[in-house]
Amino acid sequence: MSSQDIPEDKHLPSEQGDAHHGAVAVADDPFADPGLPVHKPRIQDIDERAAKRSERTVAMLFTLSMLATVGFIASYVSIPVDKIIYVFPIGKVSALNFALGLTLGVALFCIGAGAVHWARTLMSDVEVADDRHEIAAPADVKAKVMQDFADGANESGIARRPLIRNTMLGALALVPLSGVMLLRDLGPLPEKKLRKTVWSKGKLIINQNTMEPLRPEDVLVGSLTFAMPEGLEEDQHDFQVQIAKAALMLVRIKPEDIKDKQELEWSHEGIVAYSKICTHVGCPISLYEQQTHHVLCPCHQSTFDLSDGARVIFGPAGHALPQLRIGVNDEGFLEALGDFEEPVGPAFWERG
Amino acid sequence: MSTATTTERKAPRGERVADWADGRLGIYSLAKANMRKIFPDHWSFMLGEICLYSFIIIILTGVYLTLFFHPSMNEVVYHGSYVPMQGVQMSEAFASTLDISFDVRGGLLIRQIHHWSALIFVAAMVVHMMRVFFTGAFRKPREVNWIFGFLLLVLGMFTGFTGYSLPDDLLSGTGVRFMEGAILSVPIVGTYLSFFLFGGEFPGGDFVARFYSIHILLLPGIMLGLLVAHLILVFYHKHTQFAGPGKTNNNVVGMPLLPVYMAKAGGFFFLVFGVIAAIAALASINPIWALGPYRPDHVSTGAQPDWYMGMPEGLIRAMPGWEINLWGHTLVLGVFIPLLLFPLVLGAIAVWPFIESWVTGDKREHHILDRPRNVPTRTAFGVAWIAEYIVLLIGGGNDMFAQYFHLSINSITWFVRIGFFVVPVLAFIVTKRICLGLQRRDHDKVLHGRETGIIKRLPHGEFIEVHEPLPQGKLHTLTSHEQYKPIELGPTVDENGVERKVTRGEKLRAKLSKGLYAEGNQIPKPTAEEYKEIQSGHGHH
Repeated sequence: MSSQDIPEDKHLPSEQGDAHHGAVAVADDPFADPGLPVHKPRIQDIDERAAKRSERTVAMLFTLSMLATVGFIASYVSIPVDKIIYVFPIGKVSALNFALGLTLGVALFCIGAGAVHWARTLMSDVEVADDRHEIAAPADVKAKVMQDFADGANESGIARRPLIRNTMLGALALVPLSGVMLLRDLGPLPEKKLRKTVWSKGKLIINQNTMEPLRPEDVLVGSLTFAMPEGLEEDQHDFQVQIAKAALMLVRIKPEDIKDKQELEWSHEGIVAYSKICTHVGCPISLYEQQTHHVLCPCHQSTFDLSDGARVIFGPAGHALPQLRIGVNDEGFLEALGDFEEPVGPAFWERG
Repeated sequence: MSTATTTERKAPRGERVADWADGRLGIYSLAKANMRKIFPDHWSFMLGEICLYSFIIIILTGVYLTLFFHPSMNEVVYHGSYVPMQGVQMSEAFASTLDISFDVRGGLLIRQIHHWSALIFVAAMVVHMMRVFFTGAFRKPREVNWIFGFLLLVLGMFTGFTGYSLPDDLLSGTGVRFMEGAILSVPIVGTYLSFFLFGGEFPGGDFVARFYSIHILLLPGIMLGLLVAHLILVFYHKHTQFAGPGKTNNNVVGMPLLPVYMAKAGGFFFLVFGVIAAIAALASINPIWALGPYRPDHVSTGAQPDWYMGMPEGLIRAMPGWEINLWGHTLVLGVFIPLLLFPLVLGAIAVWPFIESWVTGDKREHHILDRPRNVPTRTAFGVAWIAEYIVLLIGGGNDMFAQYFHLSINSITWFVRIGFFVVPVLAFIVTKRICLGLQRRDHDKVLHGRETGIIKRLPHGEFIEVHEPLPQGKLHTLTSHEQYKPIELGPTVDENGVERKVTRGEKLRAKLSKGLYAEGNQIPKPTAEEYKEIQSGHGHH
């Protein structure tokens, strides 16, 4: 920033701390720096008995620390790792953790307290002044460095031989690309993976509490039922990835209370199935208000109205929860009539 | 070693060891410059020490934890000694964290010390940074060290985040999911970034191992380097000091490193460590056994990140859910704007020193600290920043606030949405008024002396309070601060009547300078003449 039109020194105050040196004679200036105050002796400086007392205090603290370390080792050896005790007022705690922590705490704290007490009462507390030196180098040093640099650059011939310089810069610029390339296999490409879940036509809807297929009569008015697709097993290697997209929640709403036409069509006798994964940043939704059919994500409080196409009625989510089209098969079990028609979970660039 | 000394006397053992080291490392020259280095004394200078010591404690306990922790997401069935989790399927990471907590003797203590130290570390960095900010300790020559410190804060936040994500428990997994959702919101590359970070779809089987190497090697390695550089610069610049009798910009007044600060600072390390150990004994932190292993379809209410992530959490909770769908693409503004605001809000405080030095044009070194009141606009800006931070913390804990204070969560969210813009402005105005008030009080104290509380009745019946003139040292302290004058742009036409081009930058600079130093933004210091006139005149008033 050029600021040649603004005089640089006019607005600068006189040096801080030295404000009164110079123009005004010190004797004349009521605000002049009187210099360092005279050292006031502490009680320990003049009374040997007080100094002895301090010495004993310090030694006592160090001794206490030693005892605490012995206590630490004794606790480690003698207290069983699973012993629980009641300690007022914090409640039930692990006896070993409590004993080890307190003994270690005391052992460390007493070393610190002893050292600080020693420094404050027995070591010299006379304040002394040290000179500062400007950080910037004097002009002759700078001149020497500039000359050395010019000599070095000159001897390298980098300015005279642009071919070498340019090819070197090119090589140095390219070589990190190998490193970037190596990062490619950190993960697969997204492709359509975020658009598909394991739901498909005919998949039964498994109640997560009972792990049994749901029948319409299992979904009661006023309750929120969590479900997952048939065939998804906990010990499956990609279980976490699949459940992260397929998690489902079902509620029963009186058909006449359903305001959204498509929602009604995709429901079965007022049972609606929605993705449990919040469209904000992907927390599982778990709070349900029976009277209003609102569900709330406990992470960031996005609120969706399940009786109106799960549209967002409050909070940071940007779009409605995807609905799963459901029906009943011949044996009277609830089943999916396909996959979700739009991606579940948080929005992303390719979502559209 | 010279033979002359050996013939005269046999050097004591310690000296011979030191000689050996000096011949190879040059320790005598190093010690000459530093052993009796003077450090000034002030309670606020200990805040940085707390950062340093908690960092050391984190490294010590962290190394211990790596001996037992398995950074793996392989699914196992738990058979350890914590009965409620027996038979539960979980990742090895979670199972080994249970083992550390229940089977390794002292493992729980070290885990809790590690976690508590991390919270204290980041908190101490914020408070230390505020101390440096409000006292102007960031001014030349310390701007680079300010940036080092700021980077340490940011890295500390992310090291903490990657750390508490490692146990793969229900709460931390929810936090990682939040992070994934935030990454997905990045236009164009977000989905790819997420797939590369997680090795595919969330949660995948890789992130614990990857976060582990970031948490224990990459970030702390960088931090260790920055921390050493930060400390070297503290030594090299010598510590700042507050104004006072005998203290000038060209000296540093205090006590020597050996022995006083060796004992005080060394002792303080043990005090900090001891207190944290006691906290870890008394207060449980991150009881992952109560939360259970992570499953993407499970969650608990009251999900809160560690405190230093509360600020981005507040941004994401308060932001309205804006989404723009165009040409088959989605711009997730509701998540992406908070993601951008996070570094912007944090960084606002980091760039202030450079703005201030540009406005003042001051190229001199500053080693005397400002009292916050004497730089009202800077102080007001700092307080506004803190106010913004607190508003966002409230936003990040809106469910907790709603629960504890029986408030509507929607109104808290709306308070944060509006407060984000309004509260910092109010804080700025109020702080500035307070600073100016305090400056006026200093002004009066210098000119009229200290109120003694003694009421005197004059012969003609008037009652007055006796004011006692301040001692010279106090007068000096209260009047030694600098007062900049606002820069003037000068006439826009030169002596020949030719219009001078005033750049936009210069206009802005003049405007900011006025905001910082114009009349009404600081109270002129009393002058010696004013003082003499009042003191010689009517004594006390």
